Amino acid sequence: MPTIAELGARYRSGETTPTQVVESYLQRIETLDPQVRAYLTLTRESALARAEATEKRLKAGKPLGPLDGVPLAIKDVICTKGVRTTCSSKILENFVPPYDATVMVRLNAAGAVMLGKTNMDEFAMGSSTENSAFFPTRNPWDLARVPGGSSGGSAAAVAAGLAAGALGSDTGGSIRQPAAFCGTVGVKPTYGRVSRYGLVAFASSLDQIGPFAADVRGAALLLQAIAGHDPLDSTSTDIPVPDYPAALGQGIQGLRVGIPSEYVIEGMDPEVGKAVSAAIEALKGLGAKTEKVSLPTTNYALAAYYLIAPAEASSNLARYDGVKYGYRAAGGKDLIQMYGRTRAEGFGPEVKRRIMLGTYALSAGYYEAYYGKAQRVRTLVRRDFQQAFERVDVLACPTAPNVAFKLGEKEDPLQMYLCDVFTIPVNLAGLPGLSLPCGFTQSGLPIGLQLIGKPFDESTLLSAAYAYEQATPWHARAPALP
Amino acid sequence: MSTDYETVIGLEVHAQLLTRSKMFCGCPTAFGGSPNSQTCPVCQGMPGVLPVINRRAIEFAIRTALALHCTINAGCRFARKHYYYPDMPKNYQISQYEEPLAVEGWLEVAVDGAPRRIGIERLHMEEDVGKLIHEGTLETARASLVDFNRSGVPLMEIVSKPDVRSAEEATAYLRALRAILLYLGVCDGNMEEGSFRCDANISLRPRGSKEYGVKVEIKNMNSFKNVQHALEFEARRQAKALAAGERIVQETRLWEADKGYTLSMRSKEYAHDYRYFPEPDLVPLKVEQRWVDQLRTTLPELPVVRQQRFVSQYGLPAYDAELLTQSRALADYYEAAVREYPKPKIVSNWVLSELLRELPGDDEAAIARCPIPPKNLARLLALIDDGTISGKIAKDVFEKMYRSGEDAETIVRREGLVQVADAGALAAVVEQVLAANAPAVEDWKKGKKQSLGFLVGQVMKTTQGKANPAIVNQLLLEQLPKPS
Repeated sequence: MPTIAELGARYRSGETTPTQVVESYLQRIETLDPQVRAYLTLTRESALARAEATEKRLKAGKPLGPLDGVPLAIKDVICTKGVRTTCSSKILENFVPPYDATVMVRLNAAGAVMLGKTNMDEFAMGSSTENSAFFPTRNPWDLARVPGGSSGGSAAAVAAGLAAGALGSDTGGSIRQPAAFCGTVGVKPTYGRVSRYGLVAFASSLDQIGPFAADVRGAALLLQAIAGHDPLDSTSTDIPVPDYPAALGQGIQGLRVGIPSEYVIEGMDPEVGKAVSAAIEALKGLGAKTEKVSLPTTNYALAAYYLIAPAEASSNLARYDGVKYGYRAAGGKDLIQMYGRTRAEGFGPEVKRRIMLGTYALSAGYYEAYYGKAQRVRTLVRRDFQQAFERVDVLACPTAPNVAFKLGEKEDPLQMYLCDVFTIPVNLAGLPGLSLPCGFTQSGLPIGLQLIGKPFDESTLLSAAYAYEQATPWHARAPALP
Repeated sequence: MSTDYETVIGLEVHAQLLTRSKMFCGCPTAFGGSPNSQTCPVCQGMPGVLPVINRRAIEFAIRTALALHCTINAGCRFARKHYYYPDMPKNYQISQYEEPLAVEGWLEVAVDGAPRRIGIERLHMEEDVGKLIHEGTLETARASLVDFNRSGVPLMEIVSKPDVRSAEEATAYLRALRAILLYLGVCDGNMEEGSFRCDANISLRPRGSKEYGVKVEIKNMNSFKNVQHALEFEARRQAKALAAGERIVQETRLWEADKGYTLSMRSKEYAHDYRYFPEPDLVPLKVEQRWVDQLRTTLPELPVVRQQRFVSQYGLPAYDAELLTQSRALADYYEAAVREYPKPKIVSNWVLSELLRELPGDDEAAIARCPIPPKNLARLLALIDDGTISGKIAKDVFEKMYRSGEDAETIVRREGLVQVADAGALAAVVEQVLAANAPAVEDWKKGKKQSLGFLVGQVMKTTQGKANPAIVNQLLLEQLPKPS
């Protein structure tokens, strides 16, 4: 499949047209998605209409933007005006937002073409996309395995060539971990880099929207389009957005790469460790200097995350009560019963688990011991990174301790939570993180390398990733789908 | 015995701010739109929306905090307060908790002369909730509807310290606070429509005791009179209970205005754990000193200061000055009239008796709609002075001015109300009246002085009030026989 940059070049040269490309993607989805099941909703008509609009601009001789006519998949946690947005939850099964998320306004203005909305773990809570209320998504590299999560639908769509790029959201690793499992590039931007307006909130202080693409340049082009201050999001930052694609190809001579010693854990897949070590050697070979760094609070990050994220979730999900929109259980005798039944029937088990955890953590008498303490741990985690970044430019480590596992393999929630042990600290610190393919297991499953950067320094991440990508063969591999 | 106890009251006021748009979105705040016409995804609590702070609302709150001598915190934060109710779209209210906008202020209140300072504990910002409309009553409704027009309207909560010692003092505090809000133009002060709401915490303690008793929260008091009656009732109820050796239960009670008592809400209330935590969708709000200083320069002359000035500058009694300065608009009206007709006490009498009798209220809106502009009132009073009309006729003219909006001269001219001061013309009437009232003349002769008043009245009646009473008096004295 062509990359995002290649598509633009082909449109301009006249080699192909946006309509042809969008039609071929829709065709491919029809053929392959019944196996992969990346999409929850297809927006065939509007996609073709938008492709046609790009074609008209092209014929009128108007300059095409880098995303004009580029077919994209959008995680179903991002509000799309007039297109149902479910968060893979029964409680929002028929919810049609009356407004577009800021990222959608920006993508639409850039001429991008949405093909449809992708499957996910319910309300972005999970690491396998098995928590979808509708169906699980399969890993295109091995259909018996999960694509990771929670943005599993978006990652699988890009990996299977069912979209040229995608948007996901990342609260504790939900872009990077599925990117790793599916062998794509995924970027979680700095907290505040991309507007959250229209992103259905899971944990407000951790959520960020970010791109998936088959290559680093594609991810850079997508990030360029969605990044920047938004007056509708008070937590988005008014810092100028650099030219990300321009940062690519500058080389990494002298780049200081830190190797956090805490990012090796018991039970880690040895093939992951080996591939990441090899990748670090490769970075050295490209002129980077590596050194060991220590992030001592890492061990507490997972615990802090599982107090902060559920606490915020318990609050953010309070609005789903059957009163205004979404699912309402029938037969409630009074208000309290209607609330209770709606939420009991509308939410899945993992969502309920986190609402309970979060409600408890915020309760009077427990707040200080749980939420308060977790916030102090968060400050320490951030300080660890700050100290490390006084000496190095980026950190390199595995994205996840394991590769894609089989559906149903991780039944214990705690085992599932461990999938995000290397990605969660990055969200707690609000830093940018990127995952890109750095090899395959013997059995042919992708392995992800995570690069972590300084706040608002996505450029360095992208440029390091690009240098590595160009020097290695991994991004050229595609899954063999029947 | 109830006199053994001291009443301790703390007041919580929620004031709706007069900003054009809501606290966290751009929707209009105007009252009375058709249900849900003034809403957007943000104030409907749609998935994915985020709040953005209304700068003007913060400015209103800072100005109020300054007027109440509060310390304004350099940094403050919003927090989420959680509870489930269908009028609240997110099932949490964005409010302030541990880090309010302002703390530690005071308000001076005078009951029976001596002013006392009532401490202000805190002043913070929050958003209002929507309204439920039940088909019939809450208990019998088959369905209830939600109107989110009010959802997200900026509210300022002002919490007093437990410094209030009586129901009178409570209403005096509320009146003074309302007057300040009206002067600042930050709230319309309308208690019935709920833009100025008050809850009270009240407890009793043995006089002389330093410790507080168990407090009871009183809600549902939508007028000053209700506040006064509810607190008086509650103080009596608690005193009776304590005297009978009962324990006071910490609870919320509703004032039932029609029935004249407070009723426990406890059967319907759940023990709330609001699970406050800092609102993660908003960054902490920095209030720079420069901003505060700039806002300080925009403060108007406040009620207490103006009241004192009215006494010293116009020589008014304190009572007049207090009533005239309750509302900035009324005080402005008064001063405009005095500029045109510089007899302050006479203007005060007319404003406080005639004008306030006709006006529906003393707030800005009522004054703005007043059909008699200050200069017309001044002209009317000048017509009395120059003898054109009598004081009695002036009151009728005033009423006609209020109904029609016309000025005094137009009405006086059209209706021929000009006072008859021509002694020649009046002499004939006097003669006629004396002839027709022989018994009264006899009485006068016998030394009954009241007869003169009666005869003046008869002349006035015959002239339909247009005769100049002084001249009539003089003519009668000339024509009446000397008392024997």
